[in-house]
Amino acid sequence: MTAMPDDDVIAPMSEVAATSAIVLCCGSGGVGKTTTAAVIALEAARLGRRAVVVTIDPAKRLADALGLSELTNTPTRIDGPWDGELSALMLDTESTFNGLVARYAGSADQAEKILTNRFYRNIAGALSGTQEYMATEKLYELSSEGGFDLIVVDTPPTRNALDFLEAPGRLAKFLGHPLYRMVTAPTRGIVKAVNMAAQPFLRSVGKVVGGDVIADAIAFFAAFDGMEEGFKQRAAMVEHLLADDHTSFVLVASPRRDTVEEAAFFAGRLADMQLSVRAVVVNRIYPYFGSGLEDAIAGIAATDGSPLADHVHNLTELDAIAGAEREHLVPLQTSVAPAPLIEVPLLSFEVHDLESLRALGDHLFDRV
Amino acid sequence: MDPAQFLTAPRVTIVAGKGGVGKTTVTATLALAAARLGLKALVIEIEGKSGLPALFGQAALDYHEQVLITVDTPNGTGEVRARTLTPDESLVEYLRDHGLKRISKRLADSGALDMVATATPGIKDVLILGKVKQLESTGAADVIIVDAPAAGHAITFLSSAEGLLDAVKVGPIETQAREVRALLTDAARCQVVLVTLPEETPVNELVETAYRLEDRVGIKLGPVVVNGIFPPLPGLEISAARAAKSDGITLDPDVAAALDAAASFRRDREALQAEQITRLARELPLDQIHLPFVFRSDLGPEALGELSDHLTAELDALDAAVSGS
Repeated sequence: MTAMPDDDVIAPMSEVAATSAIVLCCGSGGVGKTTTAAVIALEAARLGRRAVVVTIDPAKRLADALGLSELTNTPTRIDGPWDGELSALMLDTESTFNGLVARYAGSADQAEKILTNRFYRNIAGALSGTQEYMATEKLYELSSEGGFDLIVVDTPPTRNALDFLEAPGRLAKFLGHPLYRMVTAPTRGIVKAVNMAAQPFLRSVGKVVGGDVIADAIAFFAAFDGMEEGFKQRAAMVEHLLADDHTSFVLVASPRRDTVEEAAFFAGRLADMQLSVRAVVVNRIYPYFGSGLEDAIAGIAATDGSPLADHVHNLTELDAIAGAEREHLVPLQTSVAPAPLIEVPLLSFEVHDLESLRALGDHLFDRV
Repeated sequence: MDPAQFLTAPRVTIVAGKGGVGKTTVTATLALAAARLGLKALVIEIEGKSGLPALFGQAALDYHEQVLITVDTPNGTGEVRARTLTPDESLVEYLRDHGLKRISKRLADSGALDMVATATPGIKDVLILGKVKQLESTGAADVIIVDAPAAGHAITFLSSAEGLLDAVKVGPIETQAREVRALLTDAARCQVVLVTLPEETPVNELVETAYRLEDRVGIKLGPVVVNGIFPPLPGLEISAARAAKSDGITLDPDVAAALDAAASFRRDREALQAEQITRLARELPLDQIHLPFVFRSDLGPEALGELSDHLTAELDALDAAVSGS
């Protein structure tokens, strides 16, 4: 047991911002991941570090505040009164994917064939997990290019936060699809592809969805030939990066039961993968107003319908929510222990500029 | 038009909104309101995990219909039934019904459905909506309420048929996409109810979703549901100490300070809410249905009953405004 006085203890989130090389903010949609990621990057910049925040789909006004009025796939510097540097970028899934294809294609011709294939364009825009995969890809790119002390990644607003962890292996797995193997082995190229379409099984599939779809898919797999090894290696490197000691997972939740359950489940999955949660941030939690005064407040004999009754009613209702919310958090707190759970109260302002990000930071980094 | 007509005139109501705005609660509220009017409502859950059955005090849903509640009314027995729909099951069922049973088994077993779904984004959504269409045309219920996927996914979901028709030119899937598009663009058969909270980000998203749905899908937008509005407490306009004085009570200063802090918090939240409600009305010319914040951590059947009364009253009020103009 340490016996340090409180003011010597470094706030847990300050330590995350001060020492991590990578911070991944994970959680369900709508819990304030983007905002939390931005606040952590801002804090690192205040601490003199060179920080970049990778956002996925920021609300318009926050994007404006971060200088991201349009999609920028490369970091943009934000000037402000801090010792370090703060940059931000908004992930462009499709152009990140195109860059990856260009990198691993054996020739410009092969890259061109893939990039113009309709099946590829569908995948680049819509394959479940593509956005997640490209977020990790961007992370890897920024990390290997250097130039930043801290990279904060806001993970995509997915229904299932786990997609993010599984993303790097997903394309590699997709390329291991039986159809892919049927197309690429043992003979190669266009002749083979044409023969494939005549296969009884694919003809049956074609009957349902139309032959064009099958032809596109076959052309895609044929064009990808030889690239799968590069993709697999890349996926392995990204996985390695996620497991690094200087990579911190920060779970973000709201005090709603479903997002708390999602966060607890995610923590369990991280543990299975030998990754640990550094902190849990619970945003927009109701503050308590009547702590320690419960008896005095319950004892107020207000006349029914009087203004005083309204006052008592209001405090009691608000505190009931605050109490219920904290009850929801208990299992989460237990499941991530010893990682700290930081409560950020519901504020009376909307967070959409640097000033309000700073004010939010005061709560996240224990300066209030 | 009365609430029953609102719920049945287009038989299909699709509830959409950003995650966390109470989409499932509104779905359940609409269904219960229908049941209380003596109607038979069928709720369709698209996303696997759902709090819907818990709102009725029931266990998890599956592909088979399950009765969540029955209500005896002067107009007969109303009920809420619910089920989930998954693309795999919808496809297998569709193919089986169209004499393609053998293909369906091979498609499912070989994993080719995944490949096909990747090749033609939207196919899974079309299969689900196709099943909704089948339930609608066979009159499976008086009211069909679809709890749509969250947020931006709602646009993808509802524009799936349009997108698919660009890619697939022949075959049973093409037919399915055509029929789905016919359902979605027919205001007499289908409407969308968008749900939001009276907060900045959800309102922005709702306005954007509304315009994109109109432009891209051409679907009829019903009234917007604004969820979680703090009911007014006029007594909070004066300080706790003054309020106490008028009740002949002197408050302990700590207690007065706590009450004032709580009152000020509520007034701030109310002001933010009012601002966003006004902005929503300005930016989106649709009727609004206001549902109150429920001061409970876990909604259950009782709170749902109160919300459904509110909803019915709000629908009635909308009608009055329309006929009075």
